[in-house]
Amino acid sequence: MPVITYRQALNDALAEELERDENVVVMGEEVAEYNGAYKITEGLWKRFGGKRVIDTPISEAGFIGLGVGAAMMGMRPVMELMFWSFAYVAYDQIINNAGCVRYMSGGLINCPLVIRGPANGGTNVGATHSHTPENFLANTPGLKVVSPATPYDAKGLMKAAIRDNDPVCVMENTLLYGDQGEVPEGEYVIPIGVADIKREGTDISLIAHGRAVLTALAAAHRLHEEFNISAEVVDLRSIRPLDEETILESVRKTHRAVLVDENKPFCGVSAQIASMIQERAFDDLDAPVQRVCSLDAPAIYSPPLEALQLPTADRIIQKVLAIS
Amino acid sequence: MSVTRAEKPKKTGRSPVDYAKAPINASLTKEQKLGFLADMLRIRRFEQASLKLYQQGKMGGFLHLYIGQESVAVGTLALMGDHDHAITAYRDHGHALVVGMSMNECMAELLGKATGCSKGKGGSMHFFAPDKNFWGGHGIVAGQTPLGLGIAYALKYKGLKGCCLTYLGDGAVNQGVYHESLNLASLWDIPVVYIIENNQYSMGTSLARSSAIKSCLAERAEGYNIDWDIVNGEDLYEVRAKTWDAIERAHQKCRPTVLEIDTYRYYGHSVADANAKKYRKPEEIEFYKQNHDPITLWENRLKEEGILDEAGLKKVDEAAKKEAAAAVQFAEDSPFPEVEDIFSDIYYEVDMGTESGQTGRHFFND
Repeated sequence: MPVITYRQALNDALAEELERDENVVVMGEEVAEYNGAYKITEGLWKRFGGKRVIDTPISEAGFIGLGVGAAMMGMRPVMELMFWSFAYVAYDQIINNAGCVRYMSGGLINCPLVIRGPANGGTNVGATHSHTPENFLANTPGLKVVSPATPYDAKGLMKAAIRDNDPVCVMENTLLYGDQGEVPEGEYVIPIGVADIKREGTDISLIAHGRAVLTALAAAHRLHEEFNISAEVVDLRSIRPLDEETILESVRKTHRAVLVDENKPFCGVSAQIASMIQERAFDDLDAPVQRVCSLDAPAIYSPPLEALQLPTADRIIQKVLAIS
Repeated sequence: MSVTRAEKPKKTGRSPVDYAKAPINASLTKEQKLGFLADMLRIRRFEQASLKLYQQGKMGGFLHLYIGQESVAVGTLALMGDHDHAITAYRDHGHALVVGMSMNECMAELLGKATGCSKGKGGSMHFFAPDKNFWGGHGIVAGQTPLGLGIAYALKYKGLKGCCLTYLGDGAVNQGVYHESLNLASLWDIPVVYIIENNQYSMGTSLARSSAIKSCLAERAEGYNIDWDIVNGEDLYEVRAKTWDAIERAHQKCRPTVLEIDTYRYYGHSVADANAKKYRKPEEIEFYKQNHDPITLWENRLKEEGILDEAGLKKVDEAAKKEAAAAVQFAEDSPFPEVEDIFSDIYYEVDMGTESGQTGRHFFND
């Protein structure tokens, strides 16, 4: 099976969907002539032309709102945010318009919009560029939120997002763009709302999304090597809709859970998962559910410190050992 | 300095130019002209009936009345062709009725009934009829301005000769997203027509206290290289003539326009606006009612043209009142939505029972 980067997987997904459906357009800052700030859209403008791949001014509220209006008319705009952190200036358009228009119209309208871009810390760009708003977005009924951790998932989820008839927020990660992984050449789509067991285990469940999945996998490897603990790694892949059954099955098997989350801890994604596990699998637990999140402060700039602010394998191992 | 239009009164409500002779008006039939009167009266009678319901405590939330501004919706929306679309803010009842939504579905929506246009899920500020090219009904000030842009962008993308009439109030012009929309509209040659319904007050703050301008709000379009015009909203012929120019510009040149239509609202920002008569003098409101009422002015015009008499007027008005009363009855007799209805119309895929709508949990109740 070919090995390609997460970046290439996204690029392939966009190219295939642009090819497949003329209602798909890709729009955002520097996506066309510049080939993308992070090169996710490299070559697309040259291949598909300026009608399909469009550079916008730095004007997130304006162009995201334009995308919502176009989606209401049956187009399938894929809007790039150079950073998901910039969504905050387009919040009204995302939440009130994309998220609520179907409900407020009593189901007369749907909004097949994709908003995508990186949502991560860890690149030493300070608090304003390091937000992880998946929890905020998933808090809005009407929006869907996915967070792929691997090239395979990135391609399959992006294609599913573009074909979906509801607004989907795709949370990528700049630190993953260069990661390589196996991606089949043929057509495939990963359904939104289906989690994936990235590593099977019997002693404890590590539950994560996005890059935290890789941190959890690194921790699971060391737990096995150094402590003979068999950790299962559950990758949510989709936050809303949420594959609760896969989470619960894993917890019912291992009886212990540590949730790993690059979100901040307060009202973060893992808080929802923890609540769900105690509500629905309390009797299966042999220990309290633990969480390893980003340390609860704005993202610090200082490079060695920011590396420690995000969940680390060491912190995961400490939590696991504390309840094993 | 507080500036109100009452200080510079116009007597006739008629523009110095005779816009009745503009081609778009010269071709009007008697029936069409009477139709405009009927539509304006329908809006007024609908809203007066809704106000009674509100005062009886039968309605939740806000009720933003359009009364006094009827000539704007009627004058502009009647110009829509098959590929023309419209979107507005929260003062949306008039637009809804003019595009052809029924009084029944609108009144039922106000009462939160299952038979409402949004099944009781949207309320007064959120009327929609995409089958009539009407995209709402939006509650956040200026939030609809980039949506109208996107609708017009989609028309252009699909190669359709159409435009999107995108309404906003004078209170919306200082929101950033409106300016972002103007920039994109001009930059990308998008066939959108921004229509500022200038009723002189952004909630309780007069225009002079809210907007820094040189001569008028529309003039700001100059900076974006967008054509603009100001319109005397109480002259239906002028509203139609100038809006038609903008629509033609969108259709023929794919260029945007900003129109500022001068108008006036008689009630508060919403009916819950306790200060409705404190930030302006009651005499000012009375002055407008007496001298600038768009319906009265149109009635007079039609009488002058010899196509309306008192009996004819009474007949049209009675029909509007009757329709409104029937809508009240329909709304009152209609059922509320069921509790289960809270969970539909959120995700298309779930509503349709598609594969995508069945993977994972979408709603997080007990």
